[in-house]
Amino acid sequence: MGATIAVNSEDKTTWNGGGNRPFGASYGKMMMWFFIVSDALTFSGFLAAYGLIRFKFIDSWPIADEVFTHFPFLHGVHAPMYYVALMTFILIFSSVTMVLAVDAGHQMKKKKVAWYMLFTIIGGLIFLGSQAWEWKNFIGGSYGAVQTTDGKILQFVKDGHQIALSDFVVEGHEERVQHTRKNGLWNESEGTLPSYSVNEVVNSYKNDPSVLIRVEKIDLATKKKQILSREEGERYLLNAKQVVEGANLHVNEYGNPIFADFFFFITGFHGFHVFSGVLINIIIFFNVLLGTYEKRGHYEMVEKVGLYWHFVDLVWVFVFTFFYLV
Amino acid sequence: MAHAHESNTKRIWMVFGILSIITIVEVVFGIIKPEVLHLTSFLGTSPLNWIFIILTLAKAYGITWAFMHMEGEKKWFRRAVVWTAVFLIIYLVTLLLIEGGYLFDVLSPLIKWNY
Repeated sequence: MGATIAVNSEDKTTWNGGGNRPFGASYGKMMMWFFIVSDALTFSGFLAAYGLIRFKFIDSWPIADEVFTHFPFLHGVHAPMYYVALMTFILIFSSVTMVLAVDAGHQMKKKKVAWYMLFTIIGGLIFLGSQAWEWKNFIGGSYGAVQTTDGKILQFVKDGHQIALSDFVVEGHEERVQHTRKNGLWNESEGTLPSYSVNEVVNSYKNDPSVLIRVEKIDLATKKKQILSREEGERYLLNAKQVVEGANLHVNEYGNPIFADFFFFITGFHGFHVFSGVLINIIIFFNVLLGTYEKRGHYEMVEKVGLYWHFVDLVWVFVFTFFYLV
Repeated sequence: MAHAHESNTKRIWMVFGILSIITIVEVVFGIIKPEVLHLTSFLGTSPLNWIFIILTLAKAYGITWAFMHMEGEKKWFRRAVVWTAVFLIIYLVTLLLIEGGYLFDVLSPLIKWNY
């Protein structure tokens, strides 16, 4: 059995077959790098698929700085990208504290390693919270829109700026009860009803000549979404099917639903990496406190989880560029 | 431990400074979107997008080399990781983007934008 055991716990080296360390790297570090390569390929698969679909709908893709415009405590202020930029800083900064922990580990300064690990964990938690907040805003939506029978999204603008449905829709006297499992058809239910019915939106549009409709189609000369004339807008509204507020996997008030699908999937997968990174960091943090690495004589474990943590940061740099900037 | 035990703190903060400045530049460009860069085209996309991509790669380099300490690894270990990943990613992205452009050419005439 001895031959099949990879870890030699006696002298704490894990390569077998002599004292050779291929490429001068320890077993754990090399395997972490190989995991990172494969995980990088997974993420690039997602981002490349995103690129494919974006190219497929290049003339109608949502414009990111019209989608992500919120900033905490600044209600109603149009703040495109500031928040994601802040998230990027938080993650880069937690990367810095991580590398400082590794650096302190090289000098066998247990206390310093523990403090820097703690800062890294806090940074990761702040990032996760920020991402949850970003999701909340995206799912809840900010303006509301109308979807046509062929799936196009119609948004409403006034004086060149997008306005929310609540800014111009006058409520009519119709009420529809949400279909739940216990009324109407038994055990059948439907999602939350939007605040307004299609008729209310259409009538309010007709009654307010200052409201115009914006479609998903991008004007190539200005790289802005096209705004329709009043008459054209009325023709579009003849095909109105439902009112959309917010985004989920089926509908998306900001445009193509597949944009929302990719957003949830890629940022969600990245967020899951951050989450597991925080968990691993916490385990290592307690190991540091318990003096496990002090006894072992080196802090290489901190270095290895550090590699994973930096990788998560690295992925975010690309997600930031391709989802929010380009 | 091949690398020395002296502290690299100064260098770490310097790399952090550079990464921060790059991020700030990206965000400023993303918010202002200068028309000369945004509305013109260069090699298939706007020069602004190229700036974003190049700055991103610069950041990736900074993180990998300084933070992940790739610069301290053996040359062929570095190459085994970086060349493999870079080659496969470029390959995949090139094919998928070409395919995406083709799908656009074929499908977009079928989408009706006037009612």
